[in-house]
Amino acid sequence: MNVSRRWLEAFLRQPLRAHDVSHRLAALGAAVDAVEPLHAALGDIVVALVEDVRPHPNADRLRVCTVNDGGAERRSVVCGAPNVTAGRKYPFAPVGATLPGGLRIEQRKLRGELSQGMLCSARELDVGSDADGLWDLGDLDAAPGTRLLDAVPLADDRLIVDVTPNRPDLLGHKGVARELAFSLGVAYRLPAIPGGDAVEVPPFRKPAGERSALTDGVRIAIDDLDGCARFHAAVVRGVTVGPSPLWLRQRLEAVGVRSINNVVDATNYVMLELGQPMHAYDLATLQGPELVARRAAPGEKHVTLDGVERTLDDGMTVIADAARVVGVAGVMGGQDTEVSERTTDLVLECAWFTPSRIRRTRRALGLSSEASYRFERGVDRWNGAEAMRRCIELVIATAGGRVADAPVDVHPDATHPPRIFLRLARVAQVLGLPLAQHDVERALVAIGATVVAKPDDGRLAVDVPGWRPDLTSEIDLVEEVARVHGYDRLPDELRPFRVGALPDAPAVPVLRRLTQGLVAEGLCEVVSLPFGPAASEHSVGLLNPLADTGAFLREALLPGLVGHVERNWNNQVRDVRLFEVGTVFERAGAGERPRERTRVAAVITGRREPAHWTAADAPDVDRWDGKGLAEAVAALAFPGTSWHVQGDAFEARDGAGRPVGWAGPLRADAPPWAAPLFGVEIDVVLVVPDRVVVRPLPTTPAATRDLSLVAEDGLAVERIEAVIRTSAGDLLESARVTAEYRGASVGEGRRSVTFRLTCRAPDRTLRDEEVDGLEQRVLDALAKELGLVRRGA
Amino acid sequence: MTAPTGYPELDALLPRIDAIPNLAAAELDEAEIALVGRKAGALTAAARAVASRAPEERRAFGQAVNALKTATEAAVAARRAQLAEAAAASERRAVDLTMPARRRWVGVQHPVNAVIDEIGEIFRALGFTIAIGPEVETEWYNFLALNFPADHPAMDQHDTLYLDAPRVHETPGDGKLLLRTHTSPVQIRVMQSSPPPIRVLIPGMVYRSDPFDPSHAPAFAQVEGLAIDEGISFVDLKATLTHFARRFFSADTAVRFRPSYFPFTEPSAEMDVACQLCKGLGCGACKGTGWMEILGCGMVHPNVLQCGGIAPERYTGWAFGMGPARIAMQRHGVTDIRLLYEGDMRFLGQFARGGA
Repeated sequence: MNVSRRWLEAFLRQPLRAHDVSHRLAALGAAVDAVEPLHAALGDIVVALVEDVRPHPNADRLRVCTVNDGGAERRSVVCGAPNVTAGRKYPFAPVGATLPGGLRIEQRKLRGELSQGMLCSARELDVGSDADGLWDLGDLDAAPGTRLLDAVPLADDRLIVDVTPNRPDLLGHKGVARELAFSLGVAYRLPAIPGGDAVEVPPFRKPAGERSALTDGVRIAIDDLDGCARFHAAVVRGVTVGPSPLWLRQRLEAVGVRSINNVVDATNYVMLELGQPMHAYDLATLQGPELVARRAAPGEKHVTLDGVERTLDDGMTVIADAARVVGVAGVMGGQDTEVSERTTDLVLECAWFTPSRIRRTRRALGLSSEASYRFERGVDRWNGAEAMRRCIELVIATAGGRVADAPVDVHPDATHPPRIFLRLARVAQVLGLPLAQHDVERALVAIGATVVAKPDDGRLAVDVPGWRPDLTSEIDLVEEVARVHGYDRLPDELRPFRVGALPDAPAVPVLRRLTQGLVAEGLCEVVSLPFGPAASEHSVGLLNPLADTGAFLREALLPGLVGHVERNWNNQVRDVRLFEVGTVFERAGAGERPRERTRVAAVITGRREPAHWTAADAPDVDRWDGKGLAEAVAALAFPGTSWHVQGDAFEARDGAGRPVGWAGPLRADAPPWAAPLFGVEIDVVLVVPDRVVVRPLPTTPAATRDLSLVAEDGLAVERIEAVIRTSAGDLLESARVTAEYRGASVGEGRRSVTFRLTCRAPDRTLRDEEVDGLEQRVLDALAKELGLVRRGA
Repeated sequence: MTAPTGYPELDALLPRIDAIPNLAAAELDEAEIALVGRKAGALTAAARAVASRAPEERRAFGQAVNALKTATEAAVAARRAQLAEAAAASERRAVDLTMPARRRWVGVQHPVNAVIDEIGEIFRALGFTIAIGPEVETEWYNFLALNFPADHPAMDQHDTLYLDAPRVHETPGDGKLLLRTHTSPVQIRVMQSSPPPIRVLIPGMVYRSDPFDPSHAPAFAQVEGLAIDEGISFVDLKATLTHFARRFFSADTAVRFRPSYFPFTEPSAEMDVACQLCKGLGCGACKGTGWMEILGCGMVHPNVLQCGGIAPERYTGWAFGMGPARIAMQRHGVTDIRLLYEGDMRFLGQFARGGA
């Protein structure tokens, strides 16, 4: 909502500072997003008195003026305006000044005569469209040299107020002024309309319980009571449609609304002032003549003011005459019945439409307007008469005409704003401190409520004002009391509390350990958008996807990480080490929620360690780094998994043999200089890992034996190691692969693998014979079970 | 000079002992072995020979041998230390210790998650535990249970991504499936699962159909807080969140609460803190206001308590929600939110240097 500081000043009849207004409105819940000074570009313009006008010696159309701009010397100014007159005051741009359009005024000669500045028209100063002559400031009481902004009430500030959806009352200047009035402790009242005092508006005709009424021969009716609860209308005859007066244009332009003509401007003015959208019809175009609020027929067509043909449905309320739709109720009027230069007689509409109906309609039509914005949030159902009276005054004051017959107020189900009961004890319970009854009452009165104390049960009966449709229950009033009292005046001392009964979610310690562990692996955490293309028939699609981010939810994290790696490669970054912990989604049965799983993925490429000058070439990561990464990630994310070789990759399986993860080399769009890329992705399982129970530290020495075995290719080290472990027995502490060798000496299709066996007895130093025996047992078992022999044997 | 012993076979060794302080490293080892070596040392041999001396001589000779042995060992040790020091000094001259060190890859937590953890630490100290919930929700949990009026403009602030999936049938929670637009549905889940006292912090990803541009992302983290018990009031809300702000930013941070509107809280408020860049003076970052919006909060609406199965007359509560990404951006001077989603090593690496 754009708010004009000067308009507020007219309500409050006192000067305001935009900064102070912003501060006060923010404290009351209407944050001011920005303050835009208007006409600030006129700072260089001064009031000047033209003392003498004489013909230009070399040009018929030009005059040479002697101008008093308040300086010691008179200026000579060449001027082409027909209306320049000696003894009058005009706006003057001295040498060095810049006009709103950016034009900088310089001293120059025009047809041989010196010109030291420029006398200005209204259009040149961007304050009106009048370009026919200089802006005659008339008998303005300002000495030559006075800044124009100080002499003429032009300067304004436009406040961009962020109005929350519950506060339709702040969508008009009156509502904003009301809030400021109690903040400042002053009264507010509607500003006078120049020429409005003389307008007589007859009392309204209110046909009790009737759905229709006549005003000046026009039938006004409500057919669709669900969509339109109340309909005020008036007929104004004999208007002259034309430009609006300067003050009205300036009011509208100050809040960013373009001036159209005096009638349309009057309706817009009322909306911007009172928050009540109005509409004016050209009476001559109405069939009947009548205006009926009814449901649209399915498929009914209508051309709205913006020239677009709309197809309506029966969920929409329209205004129709005897023959056709003349407006989409509360959203936009029709092109056919629009007020034009030729219009002489008007029907003014001021209605109350059901908010949800308007919201549904404007969404269905994809058509928002200032009117729909307000109706959707709820206008004051009980303020239509004021708005109509105001609109009539404005129309007659600016376009002439008269209201011959009583305007009508069709309101078949007359209601009152609700009455809400408020307990002082509830105020104290919610706010945390007791407030005196008179403080509570004062706060409620400040927002326009009527308060009646009920001494018998200690409650307050509160009749809320019609402009606050958001106030429907006791808690709403508690908020109003706190708001008016001032949030900042409530104490903020920490009081004793009970700790929460819920323990941490089971995932919390798991995810913390996981993140810390992967950071310790030298990986950087990333967060990706979880959208992408469909990956399988299980992908979960979006109904209304975003244009540029993919129409499905991710089923896996690695594709996102590969994308990050490729972007890093594009940036000439070769060493990339990333991980992500996030949710993946998978379609479940019909009528069920999709399955959500927390997964972790990591990728590495580039050098194994950061380059260092002591080694010419730091090696790149290889498959063994990839496998190590997989093991490290699995140990943190899914304790108890085992990795199984699958081609050149690995599959992680849980204790029951179900696949839960994958690791291996990744294909990517890699530049030639890139190192190999390895990745891992695995489910995160929310189990508490086994507690570490420390083994006693050894007190006896270990004995080691190196065992080089020759194995056919295809025999996995995993199997050899298993045989070693089972055959060696308890004395074997560890069996570690220390080397693999291929070459002529072991033969084609074979390799030698060296294990270092570390043996230890917890209670004594092993004798050589014991270790020899162990070694022999192992060798025998290897020979028997796998046909392996010691290298060289 | 070592004093003569009067035993010729010992005195013959004196020049060699006296030469020790001038020996080079290799000569020193040789001399040590020759004089006091365990097997072939001359003084070792002399010591062994004590027993073969005449009984009356043994004592004096033994003392003389020992004195020489001690002197020799001391001289060797002293010379060795001298040589080592000299070698180290020469090595020091040859090594430029300003050359770069050898480092390992340093990992780092995502800056937004670091902010979430930091927020969590502060609230843990205030008796909060951590709760999480699903990212796919029903309209009931995301909107209706949170007192969003059906067909109300309040919905417009939540541009919702709906799933292309049939309605689910749950009790409660029947309805269309969507990606949660805030972490607040977890409030309802917590209320349903635990009686008061409730004090939970709820971090998680939320989704909006916002374009991916410098200031919007369609998925972002949110941190929600919820406290429900008898006697919980707006004063507790103000006090707890003010305490949080002063812990998170600095002890002298100015805090203000402004009325606001959220369907699921009433009274509702926005909490601002003095702009951390200009300290409240007004700058570009705070649009000249001197304040930074940090979080939205309020007293849990009675209708929400009701939906969560908690008696709204007996219990009261407060809740807040905040965007850690915005805080991370302000804190680190990030002007384009997309940087937080790109996995750019040049960006993330800057957080891996011990900074915070």
